[in-house]
Amino acid sequence: MAASSSTFTRNPTSIATSFNSKLSLSLFSPRSIKLPYIHPQPIIKPLGSHARPLPVLRATATPSAESTNATTFHGICYVVGDNIDTDQIIPAEYLTLVPSNPAEYEKLGSYALIGLPASYETRFIEPNEMKTKYSIVIGGDNFGCGSSREHAPVSLGAAGVAAVVAESYARIFFRNSVSTGEIYPLESEVRICEECKTGDVVTIELAESRLINHTTGKEYKLKPIGDAGPVIEAGGIFAYARKTGMIPLQSG
Amino acid sequence: MASSSSFIANKKDLGLSALSSTSSPFSIPKCRKSISKKIVSVMAPQQSERKPATTGSVKIAMTMTEKILARASEKPQLSPGENVWVNVDTLMTHDVCGPGSIGIFKREFGDNAKVWDREKIVIIPDHYIFTTDERANRNVDILRDFCLEQNIKYFYDIKDLSNFKVNPDYKGVCHIALAQEGHCRPGEVLLGTDSHTCTAGAFGQFATGIGNTDAGFVLGTGKLLLKVPPTLRFVMDGEMPDYLLAKDLILQIIGEISVSGATYKSMEFVGTTVESLNMEERMTLCNMVVEAGGKNGVVPADSTTFKYLEDKTSVPYEPVYSDEQARFLSEYRFDISKLEPLVAKPHSPDNRALARECKDVKIDRVYIGSCTGGKTEDFMAAAKVFLASGKKVKVPTFLVPATQKVWMDVYSLPVPGSGGKTCSQIFEEAGCDTPANPSCGACLGGPKDTYARMNEPMVCVSTTNRNFPGRMGHKEGQIYLASPYTAAASALTGYVTDPREFL
Ligand code: SF4
Repeated sequence: MAASSSTFTRNPTSIATSFNSKLSLSLFSPRSIKLPYIHPQPIIKPLGSHARPLPVLRATATPSAESTNATTFHGICYVVGDNIDTDQIIPAEYLTLVPSNPAEYEKLGSYALIGLPASYETRFIEPNEMKTKYSIVIGGDNFGCGSSREHAPVSLGAAGVAAVVAESYARIFFRNSVSTGEIYPLESEVRICEECKTGDVVTIELAESRLINHTTGKEYKLKPIGDAGPVIEAGGIFAYARKTGMIPLQSG
Repeated sequence: MASSSSFIANKKDLGLSALSSTSSPFSIPKCRKSISKKIVSVMAPQQSERKPATTGSVKIAMTMTEKILARASEKPQLSPGENVWVNVDTLMTHDVCGPGSIGIFKREFGDNAKVWDREKIVIIPDHYIFTTDERANRNVDILRDFCLEQNIKYFYDIKDLSNFKVNPDYKGVCHIALAQEGHCRPGEVLLGTDSHTCTAGAFGQFATGIGNTDAGFVLGTGKLLLKVPPTLRFVMDGEMPDYLLAKDLILQIIGEISVSGATYKSMEFVGTTVESLNMEERMTLCNMVVEAGGKNGVVPADSTTFKYLEDKTSVPYEPVYSDEQARFLSEYRFDISKLEPLVAKPHSPDNRALARECKDVKIDRVYIGSCTGGKTEDFMAAAKVFLASGKKVKVPTFLVPATQKVWMDVYSLPVPGSGGKTCSQIFEEAGCDTPANPSCGACLGGPKDTYARMNEPMVCVSTTNRNFPGRMGHKEGQIYLASPYTAAASALTGYVTDPREFL
């Protein structure tokens, strides 16, 4: 994984391992807690703690005490265009990989964005690599359209992507990103996919709803996360349901 | 594009329109453009101005989708944008997403957890079945183990891959199997780990695709947090010419509103044309709402629906309908009698063109199959074209019935006007490939040994629903989405062809 993304821990292997030891569910273990609250200190949320309120991340509506230490993502970006569909993110031939299986999770990551046409000269993942050096993906309109396969956000997350910044998302992709906590789906106010280039160094400051492109020196506003906020804040659909009393705290 | 745009006159967004009328919601005094043949208006009145319905039960006028979700969330009324916990009537999953959903269910609810209702879960292996891919085969095994462990009532298993016919339980493509087995019922909520779960909206129910994590949640709780979508209404009137199929209608709509035109929204299809469609055609219409980004699509249930359901389910159901005063985000009107056969050119389902405009596009193959275009009526339609022409196909033509039932229909039902011939006989005479094992087939590429997969960069006319790069296998392959009529006509000439040349 690129050094640039080391300010937050995004190593699924270590997460998977630590949970394996606790859970010993061969096929069913890696809990991919990769929402930004793992910064600044990596927090691997232990099972059973779902009811604990997590740091509030809603950038616009947060008390300043929370937002001052809120998350930043820093790294180099990979830029794609409009309508990047799930077949380009993870082609169907790799869907036999089961995301909840740790080894197959890793493998899914190595195929992320492999379906992009050859016109993308810079590949997202170098041959023989398992992970990408781009921790931020920048896209255009309707990112993640197509299938409901959760393999799509999972493969990006497994490859080492922390956040996607797109002009807009297809509904199911956005929802799956939120439900799984694999990647942080952010929306830009303008078409930054036309102003950023693959390889640019960028920082996303969630508290400020801001993306800074250090290579060009430009800054862009991001949209507030909106309705998905409470679910993201809780840490995904299960945590949200536990927090709001929909399901018992931890069964099993 | 432009050539077919006159079929929609215009559209206004409610948000921009101050109109609010309590008389006929669909009349507008004047057309904006003189060339417009059809009128369009969007005049759903504002909620505050709405009178309570005389029945007394409805306080705020709601759309079908809002009503279904209101009932499922045990709320008297709902408005678009509200997030509610919805009780799920049926959860469907398949071999691609089932194992992951099961994994999440176990992880979150524990190894010994029981599903919320063993009779409300339908598990349908259909995607990667006839392959030697070990992981694909293992995934079906995972489904089977889970169904045994949980005593799941509806599991359409396949054990002997060498001959699907010896697996009486095996169905095939999930969305078609759901309908054929009576799991689609008006007024209900159906969730599935597949984006084309929206197909079931044809039955006047709320049906949408979800991911593994959400499905894992539903497995344990029978509920899901859903946001109520606003509704776009599509009114299609006029007699449908006999060279058109529902596929042309939905390609027209997607071309009109784009692949993100209905993102987060519900699409409701009404009008005399829609009323005239049989259930399978309505399924085609709803199947592709996700290609416009839609959350769900609905067709109001009517006598056609009830007739179809008669011998399929004994579960009581209660259809709901949009109130006359319901608020629609916008409304689109189409005069279908003037529509021409369409295709969606590579690489996007909204890249609409008239089939005849593409007559110089040379093709390498034709594919008839999938949940969109692999139903009995789709094969009947293709057979009709072959029969009318009496000629042989000029390019390899692959036929993949969606389900075992469709396969049997292809081999047994007489094609009208053929003197008793079955589709399979007509296909054979036309030189098509033998109808393959029912499954998703090459609709989504799949493992390398999948039947009819595009392993070379070829040009294909297909009755499927997506033509993104790589969808049917090869990244540089070119897919023209078309109706079964257009696909069959194209097979006969080796070029993209308007079916009117033969019909
Ligand atoms: S036939 Fe194609 S679109 Fe339909 S469920 Fe199967 S893969 Fe998906």
